[in-house]
Amino acid sequence: MSAVLPATTPLQSAPHQASRLPLARLTLQLSSLLACLLLWQLACAYRLNLGFVTFANTPRPAEVLEAALQLAQSPKLWPHLSSSLIRVAAGFGLAAALGVALGLLIGRLRPARLSLLPPLEVLRPIPAVAWIPLAILMFPSSEGSMIFITFVGALFPILLNTIHGVQHVDARLIASARGLGTRGWRLFTEVVAPGAAPSIVTGLSIGMGTCWFCLVTAEMIAGQYGIGYYTWESYTVQAYPNIVVGMLVIGALGMGSSALITWLGARLMPWQGAKR
Amino acid sequence: MSAGRIHVDHLSIELGEGAARFEVLRDLSVTIEPGEFVCLLGPSGCGKSTLLGALAGHLSPSQGRLSLDGEAITGPDPDRGLVFQQHTLFPWKTVLDNVGYGLKMKGVPRAERERRATELLQLVGLQGFERRYPRELSGGMQQRVEIARVLINDPRVLLMDEPFGALDALTRSRMQELLLALWTRMRTTVVFVTHDIDEALFLADRVLVIGPRPGRIVEELKLDFARPRSAALLTDPEFVQLKRRCLNLLRDDGHAPPLERLTPLGTPRWRFAT
Repeated sequence: MSAVLPATTPLQSAPHQASRLPLARLTLQLSSLLACLLLWQLACAYRLNLGFVTFANTPRPAEVLEAALQLAQSPKLWPHLSSSLIRVAAGFGLAAALGVALGLLIGRLRPARLSLLPPLEVLRPIPAVAWIPLAILMFPSSEGSMIFITFVGALFPILLNTIHGVQHVDARLIASARGLGTRGWRLFTEVVAPGAAPSIVTGLSIGMGTCWFCLVTAEMIAGQYGIGYYTWESYTVQAYPNIVVGMLVIGALGMGSSALITWLGARLMPWQGAKR
Repeated sequence: MSAGRIHVDHLSIELGEGAARFEVLRDLSVTIEPGEFVCLLGPSGCGKSTLLGALAGHLSPSQGRLSLDGEAITGPDPDRGLVFQQHTLFPWKTVLDNVGYGLKMKGVPRAERERRATELLQLVGLQGFERRYPRELSGGMQQRVEIARVLINDPRVLLMDEPFGALDALTRSRMQELLLALWTRMRTTVVFVTHDIDEALFLADRVLVIGPRPGRIVEELKLDFARPRSAALLTDPEFVQLKRRCLNLLRDDGHAPPLERLTPLGTPRWRFAT
């Protein structure tokens, strides 16, 4: 029984726009890709040499395709892929857990900010790749050193974005939550964490990018398996088409993992839905 | 429960840091009776929202005492519900979960709090919107949810900081009638801040006119218009006369410089302390 007239009847949700790709757009996008392939093929076929850059030694698209098919059937594909994926999962997982936890504390609690932030601020400007020599000395197994490098690469974007997110949670929301009886740690779980969530997800996707970057570099130097190692090994044994295959696989893995983060973000934050 | 007598005793409040510190309220005393509807009326920056923030427990007095039914006010509490000018609903919770939030904090099981929240949403005219997120609602609906979220705690006092200030005129007058209807049912004490003379005179049992810097009560008006009140009241000769008196009071220092807007959380730049 209502005290007054209702606001209005619920709106019917607008019929979902059919996501039909216009043919013209698709054609343009495809032909742009094909044009790039064609330019690549031509540059190789005529051994284009501009003086400062030369295509004399680069593999052709057809060779790359052949090498890709070979790799797809090779028994080594899975060891390469799985060792890279496991390293990223471990390094990124650790960085995400530690980065978000530290970020929530540092962003919200003054004592944590004062005690934890200074050492992190000193380490932050050091590029993760610069850690490689020291990491090799510090970790007896090369596996450990590579995971450490990916961890360092992902940690700072995640940490900084979490801190930023926490500090920009609307003070009025926190005041309101306290006024509604929120006490202690529940302020974290009910207000601070969800309020910072969009920023945390941004940090995670940036971290995922740097993660792959660092991993590939580390593998080139210290690895035995892994897609970065595969790419570098192909260069040293002069299997040039394989280099491009390695590059493309790295690109695909990076894209896939970013898509995973975006998907997870959308699942965890349904309230953000139609904003974009 | 029930009761809800507010006692403000020689209250002074200062805001700002260091050299920028200034006195917002000086030596303000007032008693508000249980179930009374009081409007604080005054120009922007006069400190009326600051007084509200202190009653809510978000600002502490530099001198004087605030109490509710004899207990000193020392911090925010669900017994004193605060409604802001711009809604403060949690964007990540549905309308139903927002309204049920106060009960969740009290440890009420989900089924029970959803039942109560549904009831309250019906009361504020929002049935059918339970599963929506706040950003999917209009400004008026968001304020209805905000009010329902505060009322679910059965507060002894309802504190409102220009709650309809950001709404269009038509929505605003519907919300005023809604508020009076709710108040008739619940009979909590209401302290309502506004700079809109019509709004204050239409809603209140008593209007306290606040003068700026330092903020103090410059006039107190008792309004004995019969309830329930309707829009026709706005053109009643006695109403118009009171309105003229308020206009004169507010215009008294029309040459004074405009003041920075204040909120129940202090100055707008004020960051929440941890």
